[in-house]
Amino acid sequence: MRLIAENLSGERGGETIFSGIGFSLEDGAALVVTGPNGSGKSTLLRIVAGLLPYASGRISVEGASEDFATVPAACHYLGHQNAMKSALTVSENLAFWRDFSGSERLGIGEALEDVGLGGLGHLPFGYLSTGQKRRAAIAKLLISHRPVWLLDEPTAGLDKASEAQFAGLMKAHCAAGGIIVAATHLPLGLDRTKTLEMGRVA
Amino acid sequence: MLALYLRDLRMGVRAGGGALTGVLFFLAVIVTIPFGVGPDLNLLARIGPAILWIGALLAGLLGLDRLFQADREDGSLDLLVLNADRHMLALTVFVKCLAHWTASVLPLVAAAPLLGLFMNMEPVGIGAAALTLLVGTPAIVFIGAAGAAVTVALPRGGLLISVLVLPLVIPVLIFGVTASYGAVNDPDPFTPPFLILCALTMFLAVIGPLAAAVALRSGTD
Repeated sequence: MRLIAENLSGERGGETIFSGIGFSLEDGAALVVTGPNGSGKSTLLRIVAGLLPYASGRISVEGASEDFATVPAACHYLGHQNAMKSALTVSENLAFWRDFSGSERLGIGEALEDVGLGGLGHLPFGYLSTGQKRRAAIAKLLISHRPVWLLDEPTAGLDKASEAQFAGLMKAHCAAGGIIVAATHLPLGLDRTKTLEMGRVA
Repeated sequence: MLALYLRDLRMGVRAGGGALTGVLFFLAVIVTIPFGVGPDLNLLARIGPAILWIGALLAGLLGLDRLFQADREDGSLDLLVLNADRHMLALTVFVKCLAHWTASVLPLVAAAPLLGLFMNMEPVGIGAAALTLLVGTPAIVFIGAAGAAVTVALPRGGLLISVLVLPLVIPVLIFGVTASYGAVNDPDPFTPPFLILCALTMFLAVIGPLAAAVALRSGTD
């Protein structure tokens, strides 16, 4: 499948913050969006996910199976917040997102092992440290299948070892034909990536 | 969808869920009224159904602001909206409303018969009031969901929701109280206002979630 964005422009509060953004990503491609604060990285990701309206342009997926026919349906979105409830245990949180999102891929125990949180599933999410919370949120990407991962500062709060672990997960996702769009300041440790620098093209 | 219902229900009854706040508020209102009105038992019995309904209405509005705000703060709301192609957003809202009703409003209905005793109501009147509350309170939640969705981005939107929603729930209040009186006072009918109350709830069960879904969709930022 292909994820295509053409001539996108986005605005916040009536002010255009970027325009003329375009990319086309094939199976297994990764796009790293960089740029200074306020250049519209998060806005771009939210526009691609369909959470914000775009001022002009077009986003589409081509050649996807029926389950993932629209861009929002094909996306995992990992935003700044982890979208987990602190009153529930890690397993309960993940079980909810697995049931709600459908297309189950890994079991909860397996996904937690993959992010290095094996055996912590019974803890309330609120008890985890910042980095552990982030890793639990990353486990959410693994439990249900989506071809496109939209990652907004995915490694915020992670230590070196977890970063490397996450890079491995991203590589595996790309190797399996997935697409990644990540907004970040930090190198993600991926091999073949396209880079989109925001704040210059205007 | 069942998963969403169970999650919200669990959140509601666990520590910090706030499910009991409404009941406590309801209790406080009903217990204070006899002190304010005085020990006139006939008067208390006469205003009983109305007081029960007003108390339940206000207590029901109390927790509504957290309906979507909690999900927005931790980012869950984004993912609920993102999955709109799999689960229609209005249906997601509907399920959240049902869970909220079960966790926070159903206890009010359960407490109503006990509080009816405080108001010196007769058994039939208590039963009628509890029945009308059971049927009518979902309407408050459904229309409240629309208000909660509109004010989801406002940090102190709780009071604003009440102001937005109150005019819309007045018909529910009127028919609920009328039906409760109809069960006790002989010439007044019970069935017609009760059926209109049922119709209102069903009507708002459709309109409320649809309106809330539209508001949530355009309110993401």
